Amino acid sequence: MTQHNNISIAITGSGGSGAVTAGLILLEAMAQAGFYGLMQRSAGPQIRGGESAVMLRFADHELCGPADVFDLWLALDWLKVRRFVDEIPLHGGSQIISDPMIGEPPAEVTGQQAAFIDLSLKQTAATVEGGRVNMVGIGVLAAMLGLSVATMHKAIQKTLSDKGKAVISASLAAIEAGMRLVPSGSVPLTANWQVATGERWNISGNEACGLGALRGGVRFVAAYPITPASDMLEWLAPNLEKIGGTLLQAEDELASINMIVGASFGGVASLTATSGPGLSLMLEGIGLAVASETPITVVNVMRGGPSTGIPTKSEQADLNQALYGPHGDAPHLVLAPLGISDAVFTTQWAVCLAERLQTATIVLSDQSIGQARAIVSPVPETDMLCTRQTAQDIDGEYRRYTLTPDGISPMAIPGTPYGMYTADGLEHNEKGTPSSMAADHNVQLTKRSDKLLQTDYGEHWAEIAADDEAVADYLLLTWGSVSGVVSEGAGRLRDQGYSVTVVAVRLLMPLPLQQMKNALSGAKKILVVEHNYSAQFYHYLMSLGAIPQDASSLARPGPLPLRPGEIVTTMTGEQHE
Amino acid sequence: MSESDAVLIKPKDYKTSVKPIWCPGCGDFAVLSAITKALAWMKLAKEEVALISGIGCSSRLPAYVDSYGFHGIHGRVLPLAAGLKVVRPELTVIAAGGDGDGYSIGGNHFMHACRRNIDMTYIVMDNRVYGMTKGQASPTTAADWDKSKLTPHGTGVPPFQPLSIALAAGAGFIARGFSGDPNQMSKLIVEAIEYPGFALIEVLSPCPTFRPEQKEWKHQVRQAEDIPLHDPVQAAEWLAADDGMSSGLIYHRAHPVWQALHEVGSTLADIEQEFRI
Repeated sequence: MTQHNNISIAITGSGGSGAVTAGLILLEAMAQAGFYGLMQRSAGPQIRGGESAVMLRFADHELCGPADVFDLWLALDWLKVRRFVDEIPLHGGSQIISDPMIGEPPAEVTGQQAAFIDLSLKQTAATVEGGRVNMVGIGVLAAMLGLSVATMHKAIQKTLSDKGKAVISASLAAIEAGMRLVPSGSVPLTANWQVATGERWNISGNEACGLGALRGGVRFVAAYPITPASDMLEWLAPNLEKIGGTLLQAEDELASINMIVGASFGGVASLTATSGPGLSLMLEGIGLAVASETPITVVNVMRGGPSTGIPTKSEQADLNQALYGPHGDAPHLVLAPLGISDAVFTTQWAVCLAERLQTATIVLSDQSIGQARAIVSPVPETDMLCTRQTAQDIDGEYRRYTLTPDGISPMAIPGTPYGMYTADGLEHNEKGTPSSMAADHNVQLTKRSDKLLQTDYGEHWAEIAADDEAVADYLLLTWGSVSGVVSEGAGRLRDQGYSVTVVAVRLLMPLPLQQMKNALSGAKKILVVEHNYSAQFYHYLMSLGAIPQDASSLARPGPLPLRPGEIVTTMTGEQHE
Repeated sequence: MSESDAVLIKPKDYKTSVKPIWCPGCGDFAVLSAITKALAWMKLAKEEVALISGIGCSSRLPAYVDSYGFHGIHGRVLPLAAGLKVVRPELTVIAAGGDGDGYSIGGNHFMHACRRNIDMTYIVMDNRVYGMTKGQASPTTAADWDKSKLTPHGTGVPPFQPLSIALAAGAGFIARGFSGDPNQMSKLIVEAIEYPGFALIEVLSPCPTFRPEQKEWKHQVRQAEDIPLHDPVQAAEWLAADDGMSSGLIYHRAHPVWQALHEVGSTLADIEQEFRI
């Protein structure tokens, strides 16, 4: 059922106004107060000095995606705000907090139904030495949310720890001044919310992927910077060092993919992270990993495409490339995290599967996960079989690509006596010697394909949330980052009395077809939901015969996020809110 | 010491039974022999050596050496070798390939490998032609060579100067060998392996099939006497004046070697602490 007790807040500002810092502080403060939260980011194209917006949502339960509309909007200024208007849908009860001193809001904003709360943010900031409007604004929001001064102190100490004492005390003073702008005695917006007592984490999706990689045993990363994947690399660089691993910044993505193939050949679980343009450059290297049976993991943090596309905003449009990109028959794995917390598990699983099956694994995260930050329950360690089968104590002739019942051939790691072989992207025989003979090609193609198809991937291939009803009225079939939004939409449909099943697919290739058929069996109406223009997932499922001919598709491109109300509207034909 | 290390290994013991695909008279045979001779002379255990290559005639070499090997994709030999060496610094890593693989499709990696200075040896068998694709001009082909149907009037492009570029990009070990002088080449390979950092050996390795005129190289190549140089400015002048037919160790200078830094001592649980509220 739908969980209430949540509030959505947007903070916007032009370059240097500190919208992102404000969002980070408020997120941390709400976490300190015992709540859950989600902060997604939207940025303009500028390197520095551009406009930015943070989309916050808070609740007394874990959140998995954005709401339909925003309840509060803190506008630090109105410069270039038109760029964000589409991303900040409002409702009749929405309130916009701003300062008349900063100028007139544009017609796109005044034309909406929301009420304005005019406050003297600028003047108040001026009363504090070093005081800034964004801090006064956070103070206002903090007071409305019922956060205490002590909580704000903790949040500031933690968030601005590297900024020095002067900045911290100025920020605190400005926040307190902002808090005083809210009449005392106002009922806090979190008045009836439950306060969590257990441990929680403040983690971004890119950090979650990084953590999953480390848990999976990755100790070498080579990568080239690219938005929105770079902050995963920046998190991995120092943390790999701490546990004896290495991150190498490569000259381009062609280098990074081949570096990780070389490192994995050396026996070390290896990964790279990139976004669409980088994945395009890596495809030949991914094929090399598949052909030479060298385990690698590629995390692709998707952004709007094609070409350079929309680097700072989210879309699930690289599915086709991840599935079909490498030339030749190149069986590999494609997985997608279902949210920020799940990025830990899915990335770890991807690394483990790559190691176990000696193949390439592509993880499809995206900007809405990667650059978002959430307050979540700690993600427990999952026991997984991550070991690569290696050849030891070699007696007699070593055959690197020897045929085995499960298709997995023990791999000799350099340094192993009598295991010398040459890994090859050329087709080869069992020994590894290049061969263009039909028999060798057939045998090795079958081996590389069967080892993936014969594996039992267990229950983690998808998250399935079903009602008690034997047959669901509606079945929502989705993948990756939009799973959270779909789940929330399903909750609302259940509120309306429908029986709804959600199947959120984590393992996209190879798709466990029998399990998919079981999950879908009997559903009266199937909707396939995804965040791209051309319905790539829907067509993939159709091509496999995984969904019936009358299944329908909800595919919409970025950069606007999918919202739960769209799911409800699409299923019932009714307008939401 | 491993078992296979215990007995003295002869050069021929480093050869596999795989028959090279090279044409009779190809200069790459001599490079293969020079490598196995150098490995035997250094008494390197087979399993502690890795030969890495890209695509092209000369890139077939790893399959013919009984060490670990990786025959990767066109142009990516240096990143492939770098990844291996970074995680397995105790291995002897030798990258090998041709002029097209290394200087054209892999040109970017070539420059960055020179400046990154990971401890490995890179042997480029330069025959100034694409042999595997049947005789097209390569980056080191003279501008007026008009024997390829692809460039019937010649490329019109001055040839790539690998050694000058390596010097400018920061390489500290720059040598030129000749397949007609395998003893010198073996010696250069030993010196390159012993050099701590990225060591480039450009080998003049004739292609009798598509560049039969290169048979004349044996009359043109000479051992230079005024080298090695240790000053980069002098080396740049020397290289600019050279006709490309002087062999030997040309430039030798110590540079900081890229190495992975480890703090160690932390656990994953320590790292996870940072996420706690």
